[in-house]
Amino acid sequence: MTEAFRDRIDIALTVNGEPVEARVPAGRHLVDFLRLDLGLTGAHAGCEHGVCGACTIQVDGQAVRGCLMLAAQADGAEVWTLEGLTEQGVIRDLQDAFVARNALQCGYCTPGMLASIKELLDMGGVPDRATIREHLSGNYCRCTGYEAIIDAVETVAQARAGRITA
Amino acid sequence: MTISFGNPDRPNSYIGKTVPRPNAPRLVQGRGKYVDDIVLPRMAHVVFVRSPHAHARIGAIETAEAQGVKGVLRIFTGAEIAEVCTPWVAVLAHLKGLKSPPQHALAVDRTCWVGEPVAAVVATSRAAAEEAAALVDVDYTPLPAVTDMMTALDAATPVLHPDMGDNLAFRRLHEEGDVDAAFASAHKVVEARFKTARHTGVTLEPRSILVDWNPAEGQMTAWHATQAPHMMQTVFAKHLDLPEGRVRVICDDVGGSYGIKVHVYPDEVATAAIARIMARPVKFVADRLESFTTDIHARDHEIGGRIAVDADGKILAMDIDDWTAIGAYSVYPRTSAIEGNQVVNLCGGPYDFAHYRAQTSVVFQNKTPTCQYRAVGHPIAVAVTEGLVDMAAAAIGMDPVEIRRRNMYADDAYPVTSPAKMRFEGLSHHASMDKLMALMDYEGLRAEQAALREKGIHRGIGIASFIELTNPSPFMYGIGGARISAQDGCTVRMDPDGSIVALSGVTEQGQGTEAMLAQIVAEGVGVPPARVRVITGDTQVTPYGGGTWASRGAGIGGEAALQSALALKASILEVAGAMLQAPSEALDIRDGQVVDTATGEARMPLEELGRIVYFRGDTLPKGLPRELVQTRHFITSDYPFAFTNGVQASYLEVDTDTGEVKLLKHWCVEDCGRIINPQLVDEQIRGGIVQGLGGALYEEIHYDADGQLLNGSMADYLVPMAAEMPDMIVGHVETPTMESALGAKGAGEAGTAGAPAAVMNAINDALRPMGAQVTAMPFTPERILRAMGQIED
Repeated sequence: MTEAFRDRIDIALTVNGEPVEARVPAGRHLVDFLRLDLGLTGAHAGCEHGVCGACTIQVDGQAVRGCLMLAAQADGAEVWTLEGLTEQGVIRDLQDAFVARNALQCGYCTPGMLASIKELLDMGGVPDRATIREHLSGNYCRCTGYEAIIDAVETVAQARAGRITA
Repeated sequence: MTISFGNPDRPNSYIGKTVPRPNAPRLVQGRGKYVDDIVLPRMAHVVFVRSPHAHARIGAIETAEAQGVKGVLRIFTGAEIAEVCTPWVAVLAHLKGLKSPPQHALAVDRTCWVGEPVAAVVATSRAAAEEAAALVDVDYTPLPAVTDMMTALDAATPVLHPDMGDNLAFRRLHEEGDVDAAFASAHKVVEARFKTARHTGVTLEPRSILVDWNPAEGQMTAWHATQAPHMMQTVFAKHLDLPEGRVRVICDDVGGSYGIKVHVYPDEVATAAIARIMARPVKFVADRLESFTTDIHARDHEIGGRIAVDADGKILAMDIDDWTAIGAYSVYPRTSAIEGNQVVNLCGGPYDFAHYRAQTSVVFQNKTPTCQYRAVGHPIAVAVTEGLVDMAAAAIGMDPVEIRRRNMYADDAYPVTSPAKMRFEGLSHHASMDKLMALMDYEGLRAEQAALREKGIHRGIGIASFIELTNPSPFMYGIGGARISAQDGCTVRMDPDGSIVALSGVTEQGQGTEAMLAQIVAEGVGVPPARVRVITGDTQVTPYGGGTWASRGAGIGGEAALQSALALKASILEVAGAMLQAPSEALDIRDGQVVDTATGEARMPLEELGRIVYFRGDTLPKGLPRELVQTRHFITSDYPFAFTNGVQASYLEVDTDTGEVKLLKHWCVEDCGRIINPQLVDEQIRGGIVQGLGGALYEEIHYDADGQLLNGSMADYLVPMAAEMPDMIVGHVETPTMESALGAKGAGEAGTAGAPAAVMNAINDALRPMGAQVTAMPFTPERILRAMGQIED
C-alpha cells in the first residue's frame, strides 16, 4: 500500500437524498464506503474489478460501478442506492415485476441489476429484448439464466409507455 | 389424510400453483442479509496467506513485518491452527479403495496447490489484514508438480503423496453383460474421445463465514453461506473438539451456491478455529481471486467412449473409459470420487440395452480440489452418451430423434434396472420426446435448416435425452460413514393469532425453498400461504436435516412439510371438534377457518381457536390434547434415488468464418414428478440450462504445466451473460414418485445436465456436412475452426 492510500480526505455528498460528510481513506472504494461506513448493504461487492455489476449504484444520474469509483471521487456527488430508490418509490413497478416474474433467485445480483435497468428505463421508450440483453451484458447473474429478468424489464417498459401515451 | 391432487378445485389448492416467494420482496429492496452484511461487536477480519506454488515444502514463516501493520491482531501458521483443529480425511466406505491423505485447515509442512491457505492474518479491518498478509514471508522450496491428468499414473510422474503409494485416488470398473462379444458382432461401432473442461461455480456472493466463540456460554455460532448447516455443525464440533450441541450454524441469505457451498473448506474451518482461540467474532469473505483458486472446481474429465448398434439402430453396447483429476485432496466429507462414480452410473441412462462397461479413474494432481457442483457428473455422462448416440445415428443414416425413440425405455416398462444397475421407478422418455417435438416443431426446423443451408447459413439442431438423480437416500453418503442427513424434518405450529410457523431443515439458496414450503404447509393446514412464516437455516431452531443438495429440497423437505402440516391440521380439528361438539372428521380447515366439511359453512376462525387454546384452556375438557405443534420427518426408502428424466434441444448457428456459435433457441421438457410451483420449477430449469450453456461454450479454468492458474478473474474466466443467452421454452410431463404423498422429485439440476450435450450435438449437426466434429468443451471459436481445418498450426 502506498503512502498516498493512507491519506484521509474530507468529502461531502448526498446519499439517498441525505447529506453526508465523512473523512475517508484515499483508497476507500465507494461501495465499501456505502456498505462499511454508512451501513447501506444493498449494493454488493461481487468481483471488485468492475466485471460482475453487483455493486452498481446511481451517481449523478448514471449507473456506476461502486467498486471502480473511490469514495473520494464522490465528493459533491448525488448518490442513490437501492435503499433510497426503494424509499422514493421510483422503481416500485420494476421491483414488483421482479417479484411477480421471479426475476431473482439468490438476490445477490439484484440491486446492481435494478440500478442498471433503471438507467435503461430512464431513457424512455420500449427497448426490444436484444437491446435489454445488451444493456445488461455487464451484470452477471448465475441463477436465473436472464430470461425472467428480460421479461420483467420488457413488461415494465411496455407498461410505462402505455401509461405515458394513455 | 390425503390430498386429491387430481382435483384442481379442491379447497386450499396451493400445491401446483405459482405462489410468490415470501423472501423475494426483501431482496429486491436491498434488505437481504448475507454474511458480509453482518457486523458484530469486536469483530475481527481474517485474510489468508496462500501458496503461490502448486507444490512446495513450507520452511520458516517470517511474520515480524506483517505484525507491525497497524490493526493487526494476530498471525497464525498451520502448526498453530493444528493445535486446536484436527485434520480430516475425505473417504467413504462404499467407494471402495478411495484414498486421500489427512488435510489440515492451514497447510502444515507442504502446500499442494496454488491458493492453498498457509497462514492467517487477523486484523481489525480487512484492509489491514490484506496489507499485512502481503508482508508475511514464507520460505517455500518448490517441489515437482503433477499437473497432467492422463500421465498422472505413469512411472515417470512423481507420486504426489508418497504415503498414498501412487497418484490413483479411486478407480471403479462396472461391467454388465458381454461387452466385447457385443462389439465384435455389431453392425456398426462408433468411438470418440470427449473432454469437459475444469469449471467452477462462480457464485456471485463469494464464500463467506462469520464465527463467534463465546467462552462464557461455551457456545460457537457461525453465520455461514452454506447449503448444509447441520453438516457444518457436525464438522465444526468434531474438528474443534466441541460438543455438537454447542455449535450453532445460521444460514441467512446466500448469494448463490450450486454445490459450491456444500463442502468443507480449509479456510472456513480455520476461521472457526481462530474465533475459538481469540474468543471474538472473526469474519472471512473470499475475494474473487480466492474464489477461483479455492472454491471447488469440477468437470475436469477426459472420456473415451464406444457404442455398438445393429442395423436398425438398436444400441447393443456401450464402453466408457472416464478419467478425472481431482486436485491434491479428496474434498471433505462428500469426497471427490462421486463425480467419476456418477459418470459410471449415468452413461447410457435413458436407453434399454444390455451390455455395458464403464470405468472411472480418479487421480491426484497439484491443482485446486474438485468436488460436487450442480448436476454432478450428469453433464459429462449425458454429453458422452448423447454424443455417441448422434454419431451412431449419423453412421447408419438415421435421424437422431428416431434412433432415440428406438432405444429409450418404453414409458410403461417401469420399474426397470439399467445396465449400470440404477433402479428407475417411473420415467417418461417417450412422452417427453413427443412433447418436445411438438414444442419445437422439429420437422419445421429441419426444413428451415435445409433451406438456409442452401444459402450458406449453417444451423444445427441438437437433441439430448437425460436422466437426473434426485431425492437421495442414505445410499449417497450415509452408508459410507458420512454424517450427512438424507432425512429431513419440518415442525409446524399454530400461534394464538391463527398464523402458522414452519421450521424446516432444508435451506433457501434462492431456488424458492421457502415459497415451496409455505404453499405446501398452507395447503396441508388449510390457510392462505401469506399466513405461513417459514424459517430455515438455523441448526438451533429447525429440525435436523440435510439442507440443499442433489435436488432434494422439494422431494424430501416438501414431504416432511406436508406430513407435519397434515398432522397439525388433525390436532387443530381435534380441539375444534371438542369446542364445536362435532366429530372432528366432519370438520375441515379452509382459508383459515374451521368449516363443516360437507357444507363448507364457516364454524370458527383459527384465531378464535388459538385464543381459547392459549389463553382460556380452562374452558376445554381436561385431558384434551391441545398440541398445536407437530413435527414429521421424511426419508426415502423404496429406491436409493428418485430418478427424473427429460430431453433438451438446442437450435444454433455456426459462423464458419469466425467459428462463433450463436444460440438461437433452447427447449427443455422434463419430468420432476409433482410440480409444486410451476414458475419456480421453470426458472430452476432455465437457470440450470444457462449454467450448462456456460460449460458448453465458455467456461474453462486454465493452468500452465507448472500448475499456475492462468485465468483467475471474471474478465478471463467467461461466464454466460445476458446478451449471448437464448430464450428458453420449458415443458413438463408429470410422473409423481409413489414414495411420498406429495410425489415430488427434484428439478434443480436437469437444465445443467442436458444443455452441454444438446449444444454439442447441434454444433456437430451444423458441421457434419463439412466433415467436421467437436467433442472437447468449451466449443470456442478456435476449436471449431480447428475442427473445420481452418486453423492448422
